[in-house]
Amino acid sequence: MKDLSMEQITNQYLDVLKELGNIGAGNATTALAQMIGCKVDMSVPQVKLLEFSELGAMVGGEEQLMVGIYLQVEGDIEGSMMFILEKSSAAHLVNKLMCGMLGVTNEEIINHEFGEMECSAMKEVGNIITGAYLNALSSLTNLKIYPSIPQLGIDMAGALLSVPAIEFGLFADKILLVQTQFSDDIELDGYFILIPDMESYEKILTALGVM
Amino acid sequence: MNEVIKVGMAALAVCNADDAITTLGLGSCIGIAIRDPATGIGGLVHIMLPDSTEIRNNENRLKFADTGIEDLVKEVVKKGANRSRLVAKIAGGAQMFAFGGKSDLIRVGERNALASKKKLNELKIPILAEDTGETYGRTVIFYPKTGDYVIRSVGMPEKVI
Repeated sequence: MKDLSMEQITNQYLDVLKELGNIGAGNATTALAQMIGCKVDMSVPQVKLLEFSELGAMVGGEEQLMVGIYLQVEGDIEGSMMFILEKSSAAHLVNKLMCGMLGVTNEEIINHEFGEMECSAMKEVGNIITGAYLNALSSLTNLKIYPSIPQLGIDMAGALLSVPAIEFGLFADKILLVQTQFSDDIELDGYFILIPDMESYEKILTALGVM
Repeated sequence: MNEVIKVGMAALAVCNADDAITTLGLGSCIGIAIRDPATGIGGLVHIMLPDSTEIRNNENRLKFADTGIEDLVKEVVKKGANRSRLVAKIAGGAQMFAFGGKSDLIRVGERNALASKKKLNELKIPILAEDTGETYGRTVIFYPKTGDYVIRSVGMPEKVI
């Protein structure tokens, strides 16, 4: 199985990876609801295998201003993970988390600048969402997964996504993206990108008994 | 001007003097723009990784600085540019997060920039200007007629190199 390519893995096991994404995102939604203290609905996550060139368009254009949370994953599997969402959605979440302390309306929030406090709150949101996602993956596969402290980036979608794309680029020509739509008062789109190395893919699939 | 051609990750485009080429939201990737000043024919390649020889999965030539630049030169010459007159400008190679993933991806932006310059030097294509490194993304537009390479970043004034 050592020479399995990304292409083969995803063709054969896309359903399994979809289900993993589904459960991970579901767990993350529950965590999000608990954190901001209100009901959060989630659409069925879309799992897509994209060409690098399609990536920007998928998340609303390469120049879309977004907030990315990026962290390393260690333990039985190695790699990294990114959670990315529109900056206005992020501001909305931060405002909820801080009980409206930003003091801006939902209309104004689109242009709200992120200061130190907002970044710190957003890191915490990212920490909890990605932690919940990885927890689901860990308990399903019985593999040890340790996330690092998250890093925060606020920039154009294309620039942020170049980081996971380059990581996928080491062994593939495509990127696996899990899109989840959360909604509370407004709808927000969030995207998970899990980037295990090839060996870890095999470990995950073996642990699930499908390989 | 007639048209602005959009180039995605691991892709290239060439054009005549009347057109322009853009690539949106460059992060750690590099946009290498070359042109023949006499004819105004130029091209741009959007590379992701420094070196095709370091990686087993290297069939996608445009993903790498070394093979990507080779192909870009080939394409602009095919379009009618004079090989000996070619000049280059490069932008991108930012470090978007404080750590860069696995050990071979640490400072990948910086390594992309170095690899691009090395390849251009090998091919004896002079680098007239560069805007690389830092920690922010860049949208670039290349006008091969004038050689202007316009760079836009979030929250910063537009610049032309």
